[in-house]
Amino acid sequence: MNRWLPRTYLTLVYLLLYIPIAVLVVFSFNDSRTGYEWGGLSLRWYEALFNNRAMVRAMWNSLWLALSAATVSTLIGALTALALHRYRFRGKNVLNGMLFVVMMSPEIVLAISLLAVFLLVGLQLGYVSLLLAHVTFCLPFVVITVMARLSGFDERLPEAARDLGANDFTMTRTVLIPVIMPALLAGWLLGFTLSLDDVVVSTFVSGPSYEILPLRIYSMVRVGLKPEVNALGTLLLAFSLVMLILSQWILLRSKR
Amino acid sequence: MKQTLLTLRNLTKQFDGKKVLDALDLDIFDGEFLTLLGPSGCGKTTLLRMMAGFEHPDEGSITLGGQDLTYTEPEYRPLNTVFQNYALFPHMSVFDNVAYGLKMEKRPKDEIRQRVEEALAMVQLEDFMRRKPHQLSGGQQQRVAIARAVVKRPKVLLLDEPLSALDYKLRRTMQVELKRLQRELGITFIFVTHDQEEALSMSDRVVVLKDGLIQQLGTPREVYERPANLFTARFVGETNFFPGTVDNTNDDDTITVDVFGLKRTFRKPDFSVSPGQPLHVLLRPEDIRVLAPSDEDGVAGKVVERNYKGSTLDSVIHLDDGTEVLASEFFDEDDPTFDYRLGEPVRVSWVDGWEWLLPAEPEDVPEEDAIDA
Repeated sequence: MNRWLPRTYLTLVYLLLYIPIAVLVVFSFNDSRTGYEWGGLSLRWYEALFNNRAMVRAMWNSLWLALSAATVSTLIGALTALALHRYRFRGKNVLNGMLFVVMMSPEIVLAISLLAVFLLVGLQLGYVSLLLAHVTFCLPFVVITVMARLSGFDERLPEAARDLGANDFTMTRTVLIPVIMPALLAGWLLGFTLSLDDVVVSTFVSGPSYEILPLRIYSMVRVGLKPEVNALGTLLLAFSLVMLILSQWILLRSKR
Repeated sequence: MKQTLLTLRNLTKQFDGKKVLDALDLDIFDGEFLTLLGPSGCGKTTLLRMMAGFEHPDEGSITLGGQDLTYTEPEYRPLNTVFQNYALFPHMSVFDNVAYGLKMEKRPKDEIRQRVEEALAMVQLEDFMRRKPHQLSGGQQQRVAIARAVVKRPKVLLLDEPLSALDYKLRRTMQVELKRLQRELGITFIFVTHDQEEALSMSDRVVVLKDGLIQQLGTPREVYERPANLFTARFVGETNFFPGTVDNTNDDDTITVDVFGLKRTFRKPDFSVSPGQPLHVLLRPEDIRVLAPSDEDGVAGKVVERNYKGSTLDSVIHLDDGTEVLASEFFDEDDPTFDYRLGEPVRVSWVDGWEWLLPAEPEDVPEEDAIDA
């Protein structure tokens, strides 16, 4: 009996986690018009999805936004982490702590304050405002990921490079960046996912000129759940799985 | 023949108000194997890092062959370092690690390949060029680190406790190999260690450091047989300190000293002595002779510990007044008096002329703490 208890428990936990996903995937291939009964296998919702031009555009918008937000925040975040790691200065601990404050504070607070700032400076809501907002909330995650990697970084490596004749810039290019590359990739991926599925902040700072996927889905669902959404969800799921496998593969390769 | 290559003058460095180096002067000869020996915190690593260019002195200068290097950045110094934990670039193959320094010099590809192969052959790693550092054993990583540093043909090779992470047997092998490399390359090695055995067996000269000050500079033999002070005597090898009092100074350049009530005659030391003056009689464990209790010579005591070491038999003997004596005797099965049981009474003596005398120092006690720390 003692052997069965943990097994049952684990099974329940995993069922809880995966049943909704399984339902979504199965019903994305459902031929029936309503989402509650099985009408046979079909790809019609995928077809409908790709014929929905607004949806496809929102998808591309979202991908482009996530790509640019992740890249910008990785660039800024990596340099911030390096500065925080490398230099000793007054107020460093406060700065460190402030990263966590942004990370932990309710997203709605960030959303309202960002909107207030954009309105104050008269920035038109659209791609630029979304990008700025997404970079803002991705940044602490990137900094913390990179700093975690740097804390295990052998301080003798840059010295060894200098000793062998590399100047500071060459050392950074040939030793420092390659060694922290896995953290940069992890930070980038984290930023990418955070940006791709953000609803709260995006709701506040997006404008009609640049519609993104989560908001599009949200408005679709409000007028009734269409099976197209299941197809979209399945595609997104497949995409994140590929990204996950890719990132693990890169990590493994870099360890070799 | 001995030409000074590296000149250190008045080097002073403080960290957070604590003096790590205190007006240190040192001349290092071209082609010698010099060891910086001392307990942790004695300033030996700081001194090495200063020569490499990772630290700059508060005062003083470093000159290499007439060229001032005191504030030169590490990348412009003709010195290379072997780091304590090797500091191999984990993302590069063995070949790329060794080639790194030559690539920085923008050498042609063919030359790089040839020199890297030579350097790796020198440390017997030519078959491991394509491996990554983590696929190598500790000893192999150590060899790569050495190859990476010597491939640039530096004037001086700095080694920061390079063998401390290796196990005993491997350490012995690497010691021999480092000596061989130094002879073959003919470049100056400056070797930092806290292991006195390593220092004695490898060096041409040893610098004993404590609290940023040079305690003694000399050949391994000088440092071991004629320590300049109590610190060196205690730090380098094991020593018995017997308290003595000068009884008489004789005309024939000898003095008579009262040790444990025995009147012994010693060579007159370098420092001035006068009757009644306290001093230390230093005797290495191998200078001690353990005699049968019936013997007339020596001081009475009893054996409290015996360690059979193969070639020697090491024993600890407590004299009647409580003094602990370490004795190390070569194994001689034919000697009937050799094998003593624990608790057995014996008499302790030594070979006259093998002793070394040092003046009594007032600060004997705090020094003992410094060694334990």
